[in-house]
Amino acid sequence: MPRWEGPLKKRDDYRWEIPQSYKPGMLVPGLIYSSEALLEETKEEQALEQVANVAFLPGIVSYSMAMPDIHWGYGFPIGGVAAMRARDGVISPGGVGYDINCGVRLLTTSLSREEVQPKIEELVNRLYSDIPSGLGTSGRIRVDKRELDKVLLHGARWAVEKGYGWAEDLEATEESGAMKGADPDRVSARAKDRGLPQIGTLGSGNHFLEVGVLEEVYDPAAARAMGIERVGQVLLLIHSGSRGLGHQVCDDYLKVMEEAARRYGIQLPDRQLACAPFSSPEGQSYFAAMASAANYAWANRQAMAHWARESFSQVFKRSPQELGMRMVYDVAHNIAKVEEHRVDGQKLTLVVHRKGATRAFPPGHPDVPARYQKVGQPVLIPGDMGRYSFVAVGTEQGMKEAFGSTCHGAGRLQSRAAAKRSLRGHDVAQELARRGITVKTGSWSGLAEEFSSAYKDVAQVVEVAHNAGLSRKVAKARPIGVVKG
Amino acid sequence: MGFEVIEHTADIGIVAHGKGLEEAFASAALGLFSLITDPETVKEITSRELVLQAEDPEGLLVEWLNGLIYLFDVENLLFSRFEFQEFQPTRLVARAYGEKADLSRHPIKIGVKAATHHMLKVEKGDGYRVQVLFDI
Repeated sequence: MPRWEGPLKKRDDYRWEIPQSYKPGMLVPGLIYSSEALLEETKEEQALEQVANVAFLPGIVSYSMAMPDIHWGYGFPIGGVAAMRARDGVISPGGVGYDINCGVRLLTTSLSREEVQPKIEELVNRLYSDIPSGLGTSGRIRVDKRELDKVLLHGARWAVEKGYGWAEDLEATEESGAMKGADPDRVSARAKDRGLPQIGTLGSGNHFLEVGVLEEVYDPAAARAMGIERVGQVLLLIHSGSRGLGHQVCDDYLKVMEEAARRYGIQLPDRQLACAPFSSPEGQSYFAAMASAANYAWANRQAMAHWARESFSQVFKRSPQELGMRMVYDVAHNIAKVEEHRVDGQKLTLVVHRKGATRAFPPGHPDVPARYQKVGQPVLIPGDMGRYSFVAVGTEQGMKEAFGSTCHGAGRLQSRAAAKRSLRGHDVAQELARRGITVKTGSWSGLAEEFSSAYKDVAQVVEVAHNAGLSRKVAKARPIGVVKG
Repeated sequence: MGFEVIEHTADIGIVAHGKGLEEAFASAALGLFSLITDPETVKEITSRELVLQAEDPEGLLVEWLNGLIYLFDVENLLFSRFEFQEFQPTRLVARAYGEKADLSRHPIKIGVKAATHHMLKVEKGDGYRVQVLFDI
């Protein structure tokens, strides 16, 4: 692949600009949050060209942005943030991605490393059998089509009402686990067929469960608000999305949008940027279908959190309540949201696309749950299963500059094939064992593809977001157990 | 006839060859199921018919592969052989032969969620060469 050789203007140590003049048709400049070191890696692929291409989308305001974990995606870069005016701008399925509401959920426990370590193998095996991957087999939840519509409308709330979890979980979930504007009638029969057997399944790819141990706290007040209290405390992270249903919604609407873009006379430099005006029937239809898929993903993570609580309860012979398995938060990192933001002193209603980026609202924002009003919205940044994961919070600076957004993960460095060439699955298991990580997976080759060397160092990514002021580091956890589909 | 796995940072793709376009489509389908499992372990116990159309051969390739992914997702079906009753560059009628996934016999390597339009190619030279990237 050719190295990207376009123009980059350094604004400060963490901000680089692609001038609007780079390509005729760009409506705003590009802005990349990165460091010298990360940027060198980014230039090895065409992700920065994609940042420039996104700047063509009608109604885009401020900048076409990229978070420090940017890498090459389809049409939009992964790690991209783009906000369009709701009044006359567009919505694009590519700006959300195939895995609608791929996201992360974090739970605390009152257990310490010393208590969990002797039972880690049993725990990981139990999590593996209690939480189905849904590959080549159906999930544990059986619903009919009518019930599936309720899942699409009510998301995590549906799951809690069915007994999967606690009412307080909803307060600790972005959008309270059910995005408004969902309309199951906008989701194709084909997407629903794919969704029926997969509710509450983990999936494969880079989706995983991680039993982690709190290693370092950077912001004790924020950590305390989250129930993250002492080094050595065991945490549980769930990384999953909307499975085949979300993919089908994306695929369906890419076709609708390609045709719509032509009809509305929207010129695009890349077919996968297909879009339609947000206010158009196509735009509204996609938004309603996307919100439905997002709700499906929240119901999934809710069910998985419930079963994870049961797994812990079985292994440690105490109730989930006694084990202190409260939710810290649940974030979506592939989604488009209608939000109010101030741009150049003007209050605007925007369609904020975050594709591989996390919402990170500041203290005092009305959408931040009461218990986090003073510290800001928790941001959950999973690593690569082999090193560490981070917790951060949103900031005022990030709100002003980046529509309240920050990074979402490590960002790939190596292709899956290259990762697999350099490491075989069982070597990965040995390497993880050497690092004190017990792993259970349905696919060793899949695991090799997801191994640490395939990713950027998430610590560097989080550091850039922290230093740029987009989010503030709160804590770091190191995995001791991993379950992967 | 045949296929190779190709690289993309985020995902995985295949390049498939065939003397005719339909042979290249069959190779691409076999390539897809080789990403999911080992197709040699898949017996021909059942079959499904797919009737598909698209505006161009590239679009038809995506429809074809996504049709098979759909059957894996919904019915847990794995396929190892493909026949075309009808084949035109924008329309096909095919039958895919295989069986329901049995985790004790079929190693599931990875779930493929969609064939994408990214870097999608259908080329004619000495035979046909098709390229497709999957979201996994």
